[in-house]
Amino acid sequence: MSAPDAADVVRGRFEPGATEPLIFELGHPGRANTYFPNARALEEFLPAQTLRPDLPLPDNSELDVIRHYTRLSQRNFSIDTGFYPLGSCTMKYNPRVNDAMANLPGFRDLHPFAPDELAQGALALMYDLERYLAAIFGMAQFSLNPAAGAHAELAALLIAKAYFAKKGEGAARTTVIVPDTAHGTNPASAAMVGYKVVSLQSDARGRVGVDAIKAVLGPDTAVCMMTNPNTLGLFEDHILEIARAVHAAGGLMYYDGANANALMGNARPGDMGFDLMHLNTHKTFSIPHGGGGAGHGPVGVAAHLVDFLPTPVVRKTGDRYALDFDRPESIGPMRSFWSNFAHAVRGFTYILANGGDGLTKVSQLAVLNANYVRVKVREFLDTPYDEICRHEFVASAQELKRETGVRALDLAKALLDHGFHAPTMYFPLLVPECLMIEPTETESKETLDAFVAALRSIVEQAKRDPQAVLAAPTTTVVGRVDETRAAREPDLRWKAPA
Amino acid sequence: MYAPHTQSDIRDMLETVGVASLEELLRVPDAIALGEPLAVPRGLPELELQRTISAYAAQNDAAGYTSFLGAGSYRHYIPPVVPAIAMRGEFLTAYTPYQAEVSQGYLQAIYEWQSYVCLLTGLDLSNASVYDGATALAEAAIMAVNATGRRALLVSPAVHPNYRAVLRTYARGLELEVDELQFCAEEGTSGLDSLPALLAEKRYAAVVVQSPNFFGCVDVPGDSTRTAIEASGTVLIGVVAEAMSLGALVSPADWGAHIAVGEAQSFGNPVAYGGPYVGFIAANKEHMRRIPGRLVGRTVDGTGKLAYTLTLQAREQHIRREKATSNICTNQAHCALCATIYLAAVGATGLRRCATLNVERAHILAERVTRVPGFSRRFGAPVFNEIAIRVPDGTSAAAVLAGLQERRILGGVDLGRWYPQLADSILMTATELTTDGEIEALTGALGAIASGAIGGHAAPISGEASVVRA
Ligand SMILES: Cc1ncc(COP(=O)(O)O)c(C=O)c1O
Repeated sequence: MSAPDAADVVRGRFEPGATEPLIFELGHPGRANTYFPNARALEEFLPAQTLRPDLPLPDNSELDVIRHYTRLSQRNFSIDTGFYPLGSCTMKYNPRVNDAMANLPGFRDLHPFAPDELAQGALALMYDLERYLAAIFGMAQFSLNPAAGAHAELAALLIAKAYFAKKGEGAARTTVIVPDTAHGTNPASAAMVGYKVVSLQSDARGRVGVDAIKAVLGPDTAVCMMTNPNTLGLFEDHILEIARAVHAAGGLMYYDGANANALMGNARPGDMGFDLMHLNTHKTFSIPHGGGGAGHGPVGVAAHLVDFLPTPVVRKTGDRYALDFDRPESIGPMRSFWSNFAHAVRGFTYILANGGDGLTKVSQLAVLNANYVRVKVREFLDTPYDEICRHEFVASAQELKRETGVRALDLAKALLDHGFHAPTMYFPLLVPECLMIEPTETESKETLDAFVAALRSIVEQAKRDPQAVLAAPTTTVVGRVDETRAAREPDLRWKAPA
Repeated sequence: MYAPHTQSDIRDMLETVGVASLEELLRVPDAIALGEPLAVPRGLPELELQRTISAYAAQNDAAGYTSFLGAGSYRHYIPPVVPAIAMRGEFLTAYTPYQAEVSQGYLQAIYEWQSYVCLLTGLDLSNASVYDGATALAEAAIMAVNATGRRALLVSPAVHPNYRAVLRTYARGLELEVDELQFCAEEGTSGLDSLPALLAEKRYAAVVVQSPNFFGCVDVPGDSTRTAIEASGTVLIGVVAEAMSLGALVSPADWGAHIAVGEAQSFGNPVAYGGPYVGFIAANKEHMRRIPGRLVGRTVDGTGKLAYTLTLQAREQHIRREKATSNICTNQAHCALCATIYLAAVGATGLRRCATLNVERAHILAERVTRVPGFSRRFGAPVFNEIAIRVPDGTSAAAVLAGLQERRILGGVDLGRWYPQLADSILMTATELTTDGEIEALTGALGAIASGAIGGHAAPISGEASVVRA
């Protein structure tokens, strides 16, 4: 392969729908921007054998950089451009004031090794945020250390492991119970702590049955991981009996807080018998997902587990705040520095904007929106759990598939042509041809109506002309991608043409 | 509250659903119903909100101090083009690009990020990011354990102490053994000479070496050490806690790393009191199916048009559950996007120049500080942008740093915090942002502190205007 001619790369680039070249194909050696003053030669300071011989990156003008990434941004669905009913992900509006606050120089330019006495504002914010989270979720204390939900799950399971080790039960307690509706990170986190996963089937009501859990409990039980409402959007109404049974067996109860948007201000995991929990602040508290991260995953514990929290925690003495690393029972730090702090600022800003009354209302309206969409979707798609849901619900395209060959995946792709993001698909695994829909509270009735109308028209079209739905999407910059080829012939990076 | 519902919307919607009230929708068993309102104050209108949050920011006095802090978190120049593009809502408010057809932009940007990481580290492949440098190391250690079937790790003591602590946290979960090398007190390097003997038993899954290491020193294995690593089938994990160094120094692949991990915060991401940052992992292709997290691949659509998609997902938690290579789901995509835009904007020319400036500023800093009587370089090895400075006999790093702080200077970190035998040494960092005036203020203050300490009486603060810039 020879290097493409630069003129060929650019020619046609601006035609609508054209493939955007890679930044590596656009560059020209020497077309540099002037950000930095001249420096002396590296060889004056460092031995030649320590220096890299070449740096094969492209030089681009700033305008070309801006055009390139602006054009990429335009090939991307986002909350800012449209409705994003992605179940389990809580794609609510991300208030811009959060970003403005995170970007205040006093926060943005504060170094993590700044002495505590010169970082009192940051420490006070972390302390106050932690106190609010503890109040909202009924836990004794949170740590803001973990970087995302899965990271907090890992922290919580390490806490459980340290707790059992201290009790002298470390060798005996080897299993973690995970319902089949649980998110994949739950069993994956358990494996990273060396626990054996016991998978639990949901009952006909889409819940964890008390008898089912009693059947798997034993002296080997370390933790039972539950999501409530679960990923079917259903409230685990036997949660107290379940917690009692797990505690009677000597195990700990873990709350996956990814669905906290369904209950904050209305019920608290701490009151349901949970000993450990995490939050996805990047869902519930409106932190932008940024195309897959960064997140923010506070881990919370009941009183008997506080000493095991990751380091550091913020300690308050009188009116002074300090980072406390001296915690002999702690599982240790989970990451390089103290927290995804800029996200802590965003989450804190969101909590203060809403207030306690507002947060209570947030979950009520999230549940209202989900039920509103549910009763409308039920008119043309199966909703296997036909009852009041919480913040999300699942529909199944199994019947439609049998009738027309059109699957959940095809409905999802057709929605893209209507300008809507697809729901979460094929999760949870127990519902065949599953579509999991979570509208969030920040969507208006008119938007929900428009979404339902689009989905209805697609289902009708599937019955009339299934081929048309199978061909979707047709209005996007690319059609359905060849995933098999992507996996069989992995092309994971650009390489300079030989 | 950001919900758009009017009272009549709520009424209509409740009626459609067929319930009487919002409370009824959220009913839970009495025993767990929340009996009282949340202990959180009433919501604030945006104007008051800004005032309240700004008051917290205003209490972070450090922001106004002259700073020589680094040690894994670096102040660098961020061209305004980086936030201007990265903060576009189309990037900022997207989820993980599951729906490839409407996520081509982000997928391509991640593919570019993966490519940049490969070009900078010299390795074959890279993922869409992990949480930060420390967790990147922990994930790489797990890759090495899975690749070799061995359950012990050998770590240089000159790897960032926080990274080593996080590695131990993860290792406790998987019950892996972590051993540390002795370090070379003259050079400030890893003491890799003892490696061949230690590796002979083939007990270690990986050897972990950081360069530039925590003391700022270039610290790479020599030829005979590399031969021993290869012969024992041990994975060499190269850590780069300051990605800016990749613009000047030999790449990890060139010094023998099979897996390179590190922190790319320096590329376009602010220090932000410790996060969010962006961890990277790059590896030889033999590790392709062991790498954690998201991977973006280039493929085609049904018509043969070039397209990008998440790929090799059979490694990941949502497919494999407890058999996944890692539990990671959300990563640091937006920080990686900032780094990608940064690298695109500065280009090879800018990155090399910036890295060179870091080297130049650090050497000027070292030279000026060691001219102050009593202060000397702690170690002999070549450095990138950080330098360990020994304080005069009779005082301590902590005391000198406290004296500097009184003069509104953050002189660096006290190495005694992690290495008791180095309580006489400060790790000082200079970047392209460090000015001659700041260095002069520092040396003036050090001179005053030293003469005060040595002479046994408090010395007046030096007359240089920049020292007392309060
Ligand atoms: C139910 C549930 N649990 C856990 C997670 C993992 O959280 P994160 O992606 O922040 O690691 C998610 C998010 O995707 C989730 O939906």
